[in-house]
Amino acid sequence: MSEQAILEVRDLKMYFDVSKPLVTRLMNRLPKHVLKAVDGLTFSIKRGETFSLVGESGCGKSTVARTIAGLNAATSGEILIDGKNLTGQKEKSSLSDIARRMQMVFQSPYASLDPRWRVRDIIAEPIRAYGLADNKEDEREQVAQLLLQVGLSPRDGEKYPHEFSGGQRQRISIARALSSKPEFLICDEPTSALDVSVQAQILNLMTRLQDDLGLTYLFISHDLAVIDHVSDWIGVMYLGRICEITPKSELFRRPRHPYTRMLLETIPDLKGGTERKPMEGEVPNPINPPSGCAFHPRCAFATEKCTRERPVLKGYDMAKVACHAVEDMRI
Amino acid sequence: MQTAKLSKWWAGFYDHDVTWSFLHSPLTMLASLVTLLLVGAAFGAPYLTSYTPFEPGSLSLMDAFLPPAWEAGGSAAHFLGTDGQGRDVLAAIMYGTQISLIVGLFSVLLSVAIGIPLGIIAGYATGSWIDTLIMRVADIQLTIPPILIALMIDGVVRTSMSNELHEEMAIPVLIFSIGIASWPQYARITRSGAMVERRKDYIAAAKLIQTPAWLILLRHIFPNVVGPTLIVATIGVAVAIIIEATLSFLGVGVPPTNPSLGTLIRIGNNFLFSGEWWITFFPAFTLVILVLSVNLIGDWLRDTFNPKLR
Repeated sequence: MSEQAILEVRDLKMYFDVSKPLVTRLMNRLPKHVLKAVDGLTFSIKRGETFSLVGESGCGKSTVARTIAGLNAATSGEILIDGKNLTGQKEKSSLSDIARRMQMVFQSPYASLDPRWRVRDIIAEPIRAYGLADNKEDEREQVAQLLLQVGLSPRDGEKYPHEFSGGQRQRISIARALSSKPEFLICDEPTSALDVSVQAQILNLMTRLQDDLGLTYLFISHDLAVIDHVSDWIGVMYLGRICEITPKSELFRRPRHPYTRMLLETIPDLKGGTERKPMEGEVPNPINPPSGCAFHPRCAFATEKCTRERPVLKGYDMAKVACHAVEDMRI
Repeated sequence: MQTAKLSKWWAGFYDHDVTWSFLHSPLTMLASLVTLLLVGAAFGAPYLTSYTPFEPGSLSLMDAFLPPAWEAGGSAAHFLGTDGQGRDVLAAIMYGTQISLIVGLFSVLLSVAIGIPLGIIAGYATGSWIDTLIMRVADIQLTIPPILIALMIDGVVRTSMSNELHEEMAIPVLIFSIGIASWPQYARITRSGAMVERRKDYIAAAKLIQTPAWLILLRHIFPNVVGPTLIVATIGVAVAIIIEATLSFLGVGVPPTNPSLGTLIRIGNNFLFSGEWWITFFPAFTLVILVLSVNLIGDWLRDTFNPKLR
């Protein structure tokens, strides 16, 4: 795709073996079970932009984040950072060079900071890992600067994580992520564990940092309001596949995929009066997904073709949609 | 400046939950006091008593079988009486407690030094062959009572050493056999802790920056799981003292030339039916008090540091 893409994901697949133990399987003649958490994802993110993945619980969006971060080894597919392939990268030195430029902010502000470490050590961990400070003095200076950058005081570095609130901890988490001077930040639902009022503060901080430092974000969320606040591009995920990739303006103005429409109809508005439809049905079991288009059991526009053939992403204006009904111009 | 810092530290210490819990548990305070007294008496023995019960030259058979001071025929010079060779029982107990404490403490240190690293590795590598290997060995060992394993190791070492050498090496051998016999329980506790910690996101954050596994184990997992294990280790000291006493009572522990409480009980046992009850009773009583006190402290530590019981 384009040259300025900082992250490119090509046909990424992440399968988990969830079979019963071998002996049980042999005795009861059970088949092997494979959970297709991510099943053929292709997208790219341009430098300085925010790409969001949105979807219901269990659709595989967090798995995408963790796989790109290198915490899971992908089953197949390619992940390219600045054109350099991450998957199958053998050389340690070049891997650590790519890894330094990519950092992650986690969902739970409670589990993502080591309770036994002082905040200054937590933030300095990546600095030490990559040898980014000349000496102790320089390191202390950098940590103080980072704490100020995320709206905390340099003196907070002496404290332990349990002395902070959820929002403050998330600030610490962001400071740690920024300490290796990354260009690309993976944010796995960074606000979903926070109060609504604090969510806004953290999101504003993140957009400000993006402007100041020219960061690129991969943003994972299930909250459309959050997505609306931060995104440039949005990928809607359903059962391990992307069903629509679209610019933010298009998503809210003109959703195309029936699933996207269904999601948007659940947003409450302040005017009232409009009848909101709750989401119908549940996400099917990803171990045994429906044939054809995975969404067809819940889709109002489904035809016999949808149960047979798996739709592929096709371009419409700026958006890309994977839907037979859109393709056949039925909606 | 210095005093202000000190008083601030004191205020923090006094306000702490653990201090509060300690000050509101009379039994624990009593147990700590008794333990402190016993430890003090054991290690201060050379300064507290002029008797040297295990230097044969200093003993006089004239003083043999003296009853405690308050019995008819007792002497104030030997408050708890003397044994068949004229040893002062009180002094023997003090030196014997010292041996018991050393063996108990160091054998637990050895078990912990084996159990914690293996437990952390197994927990971090849950599901891999390393985990299976470590935990199956632990399981197999758990099916055999620790005292039997200690007996076995002691027996093997004994046959491979000359008598004189074994006499000299008796205490290290005992520490080694008790230490090896009880590592699996520490490995199990540590493993369960490590299995919880490895799933947390701060571990993911460390992996993200290419931290090698051994550094993650050392810097993140170890500090977060070591607490509960050390609390169990306190109770383990009491158990180790009992195992040592049992082995010594059976005659395979420390030799009579440098006896522990268990050896003293064994020696005294021979005179029990001839009426010299004090030779075995006082060492046994000391052993009960020591083990009970250490156990009570261990129980209190476990309850205080277990958030579910607070």
